[in-house]
Amino acid sequence: MRVLIQFVIGVIFGLGLLVSGMSDPAKVLNFLDFGGVSAGTWDPSLAFVMAGAVAVTLIGYRLVLKRPRPLLAEQFHVPGRDDIDLRIVVGPVIFGVGWGLSGFCPGPALTALGFGAPRAFLFVAAMLAGMMLARWIAGRPARSGIVTPAG
Amino acid sequence: MVATSFTPIASIIGGALIGIAAVLLMGFSGRIAGISGIASRLLPPYEDHEFAGRLAFIAGLLAAPLLVRLATGDLPSQTIQAGPPVLVIAGLLVGFGSVWGSGCTSGHGVCGVSRLSMRSFVATAVFMATAIVTVYLVRHGG
Repeated sequence: MRVLIQFVIGVIFGLGLLVSGMSDPAKVLNFLDFGGVSAGTWDPSLAFVMAGAVAVTLIGYRLVLKRPRPLLAEQFHVPGRDDIDLRIVVGPVIFGVGWGLSGFCPGPALTALGFGAPRAFLFVAAMLAGMMLARWIAGRPARSGIVTPAG
Repeated sequence: MVATSFTPIASIIGGALIGIAAVLLMGFSGRIAGISGIASRLLPPYEDHEFAGRLAFIAGLLAAPLLVRLATGDLPSQTIQAGPPVLVIAGLLVGFGSVWGSGCTSGHGVCGVSRLSMRSFVATAVFMATAIVTVYLVRHGG
């Protein structure tokens, strides 16, 4: 049951990416191109994507998280950390460079696979390799018993 | 560079759909709709037993354009300007950076910001800034 519902939720998320224009790397890059403001090529659409998504999620989370538990799971899995360590800065720096080079972030890249574009498969294969590498490096000290100080 | 037109209405509706999906995933499964978190946990090592649910969600993402093509006979425009070598480098950076920073545009930019998480505010500000600088250098730096 939950597997089917999560498929439908994935479809809704994917439709959101398609309708909003997030699934088009050209549109993403034109949004990120502040140098295009004076040239008239800047496309501010994606600010509206974020505004629409955050407005709904901000209100929806407040309603949902008041409940004692999710409808089809034992508990809510919400990150509890609030410390600013080095990784929460370094990770996004690396991520932002890749996003700016390609116009792809993970959701739109996965949705692009459904378009059948060979270049999207190349990006996603590299992205999964990068994810595995990060998990491997992050997990190594724990497995070897070496504890490194956070940050 | 490929010119794109300003689409405030479609973008706000699409954004709202993303928000609805995020709220539904929390309401039904108690999970953050962070695509990098969901996708990276499809890879080993496995820490829980949510594999099928995560795979179903990702399959839904891929199915969305197929359903749109079935329903309308057409797909929204999608232009990938970067060449293969740049896409491989960018893919590695996006994959590595999203796991290293515990999230991406969806997990931090939508879900985390909506939870008013300080870590997500920092992450979102940083990746927006570095992406803007990267595009500036690529397009106007030379």
